[in-house]
Amino acid sequence: MSADRYQALANSALGGAVVKRLGLPAPPRLDRHEPGMPVVTGPVVFGEARGGRLREAVHEVMRSIGARLVDAKTAGDGDDRPAALVFDATGIDSTQRLRALYDFFHPTIASLKRNGRVVVLTTPAIEADSVGAATAQRAIEGFARSVAKEIGRYGSTAQLVEVAAGGEGAMESTLRFLLSARSAYVDGQAIHIQAADSVTVPEDWERPLAGRSAAVTGAARGIGEAIAETLAGQGAEVLCIDVPPAGEALAEVANRIGGTSLALDITDAGAPQRLADHIGERGGRIDVFVHNAGITRDRTIARMPPEGWDGVLEVNLSAQERINGALLEGELLGDDGRIASVSSVSGIAGNRGQTNYATSKAGVIGMVRALAPVLRERRVTVNAVAPGFIETKMTEAMPVGTREAGRRMNSLIQGGQPVDVAETIAWLVSPASGGVNGNVVRVCGQQLLGA
Amino acid sequence: MSPDALNDAAVLGGNRIPFARRDREYAHASNQDMFTAALDGLVARFGLQGERLGEVAAGGVLKRSRDFNLTRECVLGSALAADTPAYDVQQACGTSLETTIHVANKIRLGQIESGIAGGFDTTSDAPIELNDDLRELLLDLNRTRSTTGRLALLGRLRPGQVVPAIPRNEEPRTGLSMGEHQAISTKRWGLTREEQDEIAVESHRRLAAAYDRGFFDDLVTPFLGLERDGNLRPDSSMEQLAKLKPVYGEGSDASMTAGNSTPLTDGAAAVLLSSDDWAEAHDLPVLAHFVDAETGAVDYVHGESGLLEAPLYAVPRMLERNRLTLQDFDFYEIHEAFASQVAMTLKAWQDPAFCKDKLGLNEPLGEIDREKLNVNGSSLAAGHPFGATGARIVATLAKLLAERGSGRGLISICAAGGMGVAAIMERRG
Repeated sequence: MSADRYQALANSALGGAVVKRLGLPAPPRLDRHEPGMPVVTGPVVFGEARGGRLREAVHEVMRSIGARLVDAKTAGDGDDRPAALVFDATGIDSTQRLRALYDFFHPTIASLKRNGRVVVLTTPAIEADSVGAATAQRAIEGFARSVAKEIGRYGSTAQLVEVAAGGEGAMESTLRFLLSARSAYVDGQAIHIQAADSVTVPEDWERPLAGRSAAVTGAARGIGEAIAETLAGQGAEVLCIDVPPAGEALAEVANRIGGTSLALDITDAGAPQRLADHIGERGGRIDVFVHNAGITRDRTIARMPPEGWDGVLEVNLSAQERINGALLEGELLGDDGRIASVSSVSGIAGNRGQTNYATSKAGVIGMVRALAPVLRERRVTVNAVAPGFIETKMTEAMPVGTREAGRRMNSLIQGGQPVDVAETIAWLVSPASGGVNGNVVRVCGQQLLGA
Repeated sequence: MSPDALNDAAVLGGNRIPFARRDREYAHASNQDMFTAALDGLVARFGLQGERLGEVAAGGVLKRSRDFNLTRECVLGSALAADTPAYDVQQACGTSLETTIHVANKIRLGQIESGIAGGFDTTSDAPIELNDDLRELLLDLNRTRSTTGRLALLGRLRPGQVVPAIPRNEEPRTGLSMGEHQAISTKRWGLTREEQDEIAVESHRRLAAAYDRGFFDDLVTPFLGLERDGNLRPDSSMEQLAKLKPVYGEGSDASMTAGNSTPLTDGAAAVLLSSDDWAEAHDLPVLAHFVDAETGAVDYVHGESGLLEAPLYAVPRMLERNRLTLQDFDFYEIHEAFASQVAMTLKAWQDPAFCKDKLGLNEPLGEIDREKLNVNGSSLAAGHPFGATGARIVATLAKLLAERGSGRGLISICAAGGMGVAAIMERRG
């Protein structure tokens, strides 16, 4: 874990006072999940706009996670302050009725605990009965993203979850993730849940990946290492893949998490076949494939050598396409198969000096969106995460100015940790996340850049 | 027990660290560091964390006396289950082919289901012993009770005794180094500089090509920043090798140089073996089976044989027992201690007089197709950490056979002390 000295200072007694007096931004301390922690650490206030369709489904999830549901009026003080506010906005069918948001959040938002959670549930605009309803449902996105910006300095987050008709029963894995400390650095996101015929309910929600096999590329260090570790911690048997020169670190990761190592340069022409053979020989299938391997070769387009362009596009995008092809062609993805790719906020917002990288990462988004409807027929999902500023060896090497700007320019006023990306991936690839398909979820603390 | 009643011993894969030239990347790595790394890389490849294996057998030539249980110490420091037993074997350059034989035999007898065979050697972190004079004096001192007696002994201390005894690459009974011994054989067999240099160039070229095509991606794990064997010279050429001065032998026909002899090397290697049932239960594919082996020795002290000639005798005995001819193989792995040893081996087996007089054969064993010999290079390019070479070769040959789909391979390794170890591996189609 990389050091954010300013955050440490701002959270100390003396430093905190100085930071406050000078009016400097004070990055909050984010809680992160630890084994045995409950999903929510306090009561949950549930509210709804009249005519909403998710009350039953939400209540069922709250029972499952053991959350204490309270009414807005009975929400307590002190330690009994609500840990989350969940609002079913699906009943809002006209712009006039958007007032229900104000009526619920105006009196309750101040009572939300630090590291609190806000989740607003909507219907996809495309499924709305009328133009007026569609307009209103879409309007809610602006509300949720703005609430996120208001509560970020307390370490709290707000998200919007769009639940398609038929997706009501598929919400649990997503609500568990968003309400818990596992989503610490995911903020201001709009997540779509599609209709799902059946959703696999894990026996143990601490280990939803038990009995599942997973492969992670770029697993020798950084975010890939955290992904491998998190998936293994949730029960998966993890195949750790990285380039041959990273073999020593790769073996160390594999041994630490009880997985296996495979030295493979994914850009080799023969790599998809070698991977397919390896999976075929070792158990015959893989349930989860995480495309994490990525490189940067930053240069402005005018100064970029051709190999800087080709290398980045190859590793970050083309290799993923070829591997997906081999997995699907060989029918190597198990039932309820999951593919997750690591994109980047650069791929959404663009970044100076990263035409190659941003092209590759935007391409990942395109690939995920295009593949999702195709894979849906096979009961396979594909999603992407788009990390913002994550504290790794790579960011440690950045110039101070750029690094500090990257760290602070988001609603949570700090960089994320590799585990934040890993937890997000783990949610997306959970067998219980069958309704989550074709999503691009940013792990960026609601970075100011991009949409 | 008839051979048919025995289990098959399967080779599932291997792992080694890149071999380093003496006093380079591994200058400060101990045998224990290196073999633990080789073990951990193997464990990672096959997901053996916490697994109790039948045994781990390994060894090295240059060991400190305190490292009597070194392999067991490596197991305890590795990701394997701590209740995996281990033992050390030392048979010079044949060490880890010999440990492979031990593990394979136990698997064949059904005494164990799985095991790791390996070896290691450091020429950099070498053991240095007390000078024998000083050692004897100190032992006498320990045995003496009276103060006057002790003082008398201490009076025998001399500055010269401080000079330590450094291990040397020489045969105790002849005082000749291995290279000097082989120089005698080179002369006797009339081996030319050119044929030796050709073997060396080919070794480097083939090892480099194998690395380039990713052959070693699942056989080698980088260690201490070294990703490929430090001795490898992909651009080695006859012209370059021709410039080197002979280092062994005397006279105008001396032909053994640093280029066609293996350098002192540090490294470690390990091979995973099991029964077919164990492999299947663990979802691990079998690369090849370990069929038979033969260890031999020659009297190089009093007899006419050269120090490194034992495989010349061990291989034909093994072929005879298996009713095979020398040509019944798809791959030949002849350890390149010196290019001259390989050239001598090939020449001897084609020599009617040698085959008749020494081997008692009516016909010579015949020629070996050079395209099947050391196809991915051998010790001249990779280097030769004595204890690790056998395991390197077993893993390489097993993968070659797996890539080919079916076939048979022969291993021949010469060893100090006038010994040699040979083996047959096979992949049934």
